Order: sequence, then structure tokens, then C-alpha cells
Amino acid sequence: MSTDTSTPNPSYAGSDFSGDTHRAATLAEAGRDYVNRLRGGDMGSLPAVLGLLTLFVVFGIASDTFLTKLNMANLTLQAASICVLAMALVPVLLLGEIDLSAGVASGTGAAVTALAILDHGQSWPVAVLAGIIAGAIIGFLIGTLVARLGIPSFVVTLSFFLALQGVMLWLIGQGGALRFNQEVLRGLAIKNVPPTVGWISAVVLFAAYAAFALLKYRRQVARDLARPPMSLVAIRIVAFGVIVLGLTWYFNGNRSVNPNFPIEGIPYMIPVVIVILLLMTFLLGRTTFGRHLYAVGGNAEAARRAGINVVFMRTMAFVLCSSLAAVAGILQASYSGSVSPASGGGNVLLYAVGAAVIGGTSLFGGRGKAINGVIGGLVLATVDNGLPLLIDKSYANFLVTGGVLLLAASVDAITRRRRSASGV
Amino acid sequence: MTEPLLELRGINKSFGVVHVLHDVDFAVYPGQVTALVGDNGAGKSTLVKVIAGIYGRDSGDYLFDGKPVHVHGPRDVSALGVEVVYQDLALCDNLDIVENMFLGRELKAGPVLDEVTMESKARETLASLSVRTVKSVRQQVASLSGGQRQTVAIAKSVLWNSKIVILDEPTAALGVAQTRQVLDLVRRLADRGLGVVLISHNMTDVFEVADRITALYLGRVAADVPASEVSHREIVELITAGHSETRGLTDSDTAAI
Repeated sequence: MSTDTSTPNPSYAGSDFSGDTHRAATLAEAGRDYVNRLRGGDMGSLPAVLGLLTLFVVFGIASDTFLTKLNMANLTLQAASICVLAMALVPVLLLGEIDLSAGVASGTGAAVTALAILDHGQSWPVAVLAGIIAGAIIGFLIGTLVARLGIPSFVVTLSFFLALQGVMLWLIGQGGALRFNQEVLRGLAIKNVPPTVGWISAVVLFAAYAAFALLKYRRQVARDLARPPMSLVAIRIVAFGVIVLGLTWYFNGNRSVNPNFPIEGIPYMIPVVIVILLLMTFLLGRTTFGRHLYAVGGNAEAARRAGINVVFMRTMAFVLCSSLAAVAGILQASYSGSVSPASGGGNVLLYAVGAAVIGGTSLFGGRGKAINGVIGGLVLATVDNGLPLLIDKSYANFLVTGGVLLLAASVDAITRRRRSASGV
Repeated sequence: MTEPLLELRGINKSFGVVHVLHDVDFAVYPGQVTALVGDNGAGKSTLVKVIAGIYGRDSGDYLFDGKPVHVHGPRDVSALGVEVVYQDLALCDNLDIVENMFLGRELKAGPVLDEVTMESKARETLASLSVRTVKSVRQQVASLSGGQRQTVAIAKSVLWNSKIVILDEPTAALGVAQTRQVLDLVRRLADRGLGVVLISHNMTDVFEVADRITALYLGRVAADVPASEVSHREIVELITAGHSETRGLTDSDTAAI
């Protein structure tokens, strides 16, 4: 019935059609795809990983003590709480929001945990739960104010940053500090996984990863879906194995300077961080909740029209952030052995935001993964740990850390411009 | 002629003192493309929002499959199988095509997302619409061209076995080749038996794919005719003046406005 009687010309219509079944068939193609993504501005964690390697080489050459096993173990312990706090910030950053109070929320959570043990004689699981609940309540209040009242998160969390410091002073008392010496919790930092258990866990973890990767690949082949080439899957599995088993071997060796008292095994803090990383990766990548979080961060209006409860998602992002921040606070208390009213204050939060951004999470929302927080946290902890061995001046540390953060934010902004230009 | 799938009879809608729709009759037939044309302010958007359930109506009947239905909101309308693709598409740039198509209605296997089934279904839907525009269904929407985005938005609307798809200016921002793709897709939707409503300012597009044309003039239906029976010039006259030589509103109709 149309006035244009000619049937649509398929070749014309298909002028920029290149087939729906495109997939990288070989390793070389997968590599090209990756380079294209990098060019398009989808850098992910690559700058942070390269930065980390550079730092290791520089500090390793410049200092004799940096690469010793004892220092490496200390570095991972230093990094643990920054990594977890950075992971906590990822859901909030995904929405394009910010939580300036996450640092003091971590301190408050740790204080509640310490008080539950010291003043109320609770067992450690109850105390930890109390700390996490304290965090969740803080997050719920922030989330409600941001999502329902529409106050900018910057302002809400800035007031919480101030108010929570008051709460901590009130809980702990002026000038005081709470001991954090509960056997299990303090043990996270000062005790190590027995080498045999470490080996068994590492092998199980590796086997599970390999099994999942192969199973996923088989399902993708069976349904003829988009998938990476087999060789890439194999390389990933081998790389994962080298890292996990290599680190286990590394930390299971004796790192004591005193031959009479061997220190060996993986510090307990590391498996804790790994478990949190796995849980967060699962939540963000494999569940409806995670998918909706990315959707709200990408286009809140589209998410709303798709029937997603945007207010709920916003609130939950802050709840998740502050709860996980409390865990980070407990890890930090475990490392330092005490909680003071200053815990989580100062530049703790800025370190964590820096870690997430350095790792590749975008400040503009919609982009980021849990692993970004861990990689970024390792970069900052490495600067923190290695720089004093080089220049023993604290101004250098601040200058370098500030510089690194600025660099990461610039990379984020530039890649974002590139992405919108190239559309990758 | 077959029975209309969706029919509105005598719809009136006012916003305060502004009477936007006057006794509008509008019908959508299965397997046909109905073009809704009219100048700015003629009431096209208001009519679409009444159909979509976003606006209530002051008077008039809403019939689906010949039976009167009660429509109280957008959810009732999507439950009937009516999907609206708005001009701003509502896609998330940071998600891929599959993720966008299933947004808000994700399939799950236990507690986790069933990516495999979702990807196969998305692929099937795109293939059934003969869409081969995209390199991979796992491509991020940010990397798609305007025409491809429109295609994804339309494919999303038919994924759920909808019966009627309403497209608000789908070709407004597109180039020649991309407009071509989208119009082909519009035609294919109708060939699958869906009722398609196409809102457009572009008469070339309208005459190319539409089976029927409904022209609105200042909130009234100036004409509701098969596209084969009117000329390009007549439709332009109906849009701009409300009447042409042989059809349209009389002066007494418009005098009241």
C-alpha cells in the first residue's frame, strides 16, 4: 500500500550490517579487540596494573628491604583495609554518587565492634555483626536522605563525616582509645594460615576457577553464543593459577629475620579480602541487584521506565557501602590493634576513593568493578610502603599520593571523553 | 477490513482550560502500520500518552480486541501488550544489547542471572526481525549508531510478545541509510502481525511504510484514510489547514476552537 512500490533493497539496508555472529575466533583477533577497546577508552584496570608493576620495579631497585617477604606481608596487611573500603565505595561510585563519610563510618563500625567485646562481653561474631549493622544503619540514613529527599550525596555524606566523628568521640571518650585485642579479630593481622591449609585452599580456589571458566565456555559453545577463543580461556586459567599458587608459595616460605622464630603462611587478612572480593564480584556481576545498579548508574530514567525502583537501588548502594566500610574498619583496627576517635578520619576516605578510581572505577558513574578497588588499594599501599624507604619525608608521601590520584582522575576523565567520541 | 486491535472512541482530554483532544477516534489494526501525523501542538503526544496510560482521559472509550478495558496506568497498558518506544529510547549506554533488552525483566537461574538464555533469546528476537546490524549482541549500547540504538529499542519492545508497538518519531535523528533500516524494521513488525503506530513528521517515511494515516489538526481527527487513497499534497493540507478539497474538517468544526 505504500507509495514506494519497490521492495526495500536488502543490500542497501544492510550497508552497515556485518553479521550478528561476529566473535573473536582466534587469540590474535581477541587481542585486536582488546587493543580497540583500549583505544576507545575502555582502559579498565590496565593503567593501575602497569603502575603497580612500575612501582615494584622502582622500589625494588632503590631499596634492599622493599622486596623482602616480611615487607611484602606487611604491605598486603596495610593494603587490606584500603582495598575493602575502596570496594565498599564501588556501588556508590557506580551510581555517580560519592560517600565522603565511608572512612569515619568504618571507624564507627570498628568502635561499635570493640565496645561490644570490651563493655558487653560479646563473642566476636556478634560484635562484628553489631559493627556491620551500625554501618548499615548509617548507610540507610544517608541513602534515604539522598534518594528520597534528593539532597546531593556530597552534602549529606559531608555532614555525616562531621557528625560521625562526634559519635565516635562520644562512644570512645575524649583522648581515649579502645584496645582491639580479641584473639580471632586481632589474629587476622598477626596470625597466618598454616601452610598446609593455605596450599589446600589455594588449590581448591584454582580448581573452582578453572571448573567455572570451562563450564561457562562449554555452555557458550553449546548454545553458540558470543565467547572468547579457547586459547584465551586457557591463558586466563593459567594466569589465575600462577598468581594464586605463586602467592601461596611465596607467603608459605619463612619470612622471619630471626632463624629461631620462623614466620610462615598467608596472613589471615588476605583470604578475608579475597572472600569479600568474590562476594562483591558475584553481587555486581551475576545478580539482578548488580545489573540494576549499573543500569541506574548508566541511565536512571531508562532504569525507572524499565520498572526498576531507583530510590530503593540508591538507598541500598549506600547501605552496602557503609556496611562494607564497617568491615574495612574492623580490618584496620585488627592491623593497628586499637580504635581511637581518629580512626577512619583524616585521609582514609580519600585514599579509598583514590584506590577505587586508580583501579579503574569511573567517578562519573556506570563503570567499575570490585577488583578495581583491590588493585587501586594495592597501588596506594605500595606508595605508602615503598616511598618512605626511598625518601623518609612525609611530605613526599602526600605529594606522590595526591599526584597519583590526580593522574587517575585525569585518565578517567580523558577516557570518558574518548569513549563518548568513539562510542566504545 | 479486520477488526481493530486497539480502538479509542470519542476521546476528550483537557488540561485545565486547554481542550487538547476533541472527540478523537483512533484505531490500530493488526498487521498494519498506522501513521499518526499532525503539526506541533496537534495533540499527537497527548494521544500517545493517553494510549500508554500515562494520562487519563476525560471521556471516551478504550477498547482492546473489541472489548472495553479499564486502563489506570502504564502497567495496565503493557499488560495488554502495548509497548511505546519513546524518542529518547531509554537505553543504558554502559550496558550491552542483551542487558538492555532484558532490563527490569531479567531471567534468572536460581539466584543468578541466566545470561545464556537471555543471550539466546535476544539473538533469536533480533534474527526474527532480520536485524544483522550489530557486530555482537554483547556490544555496549554506547558503541551503536543512532539507527542501531533505535533497532535495539524496537527489538526490546517486541521481545515480550507485544501486540502493538508505538514508535514516537523513530527516524527523527537518523541519516539516510539508518532511516532505511528502521523503516524496514517497522514494515517487518507489521508483517509479523503486530499493530504498529508510527508518529512522524516526515511524509516520505509515512507514505513509504504506512497502511493507514490518521491526521490530527488542533486536537481533532482531520482524516483517517488508507495511505493508498490520499496524496502527499492532501495530507500536508490536512495537517496544516485541517482540510483538503475532498476531505477534512469543515469550517464549522474548527470555528469552535
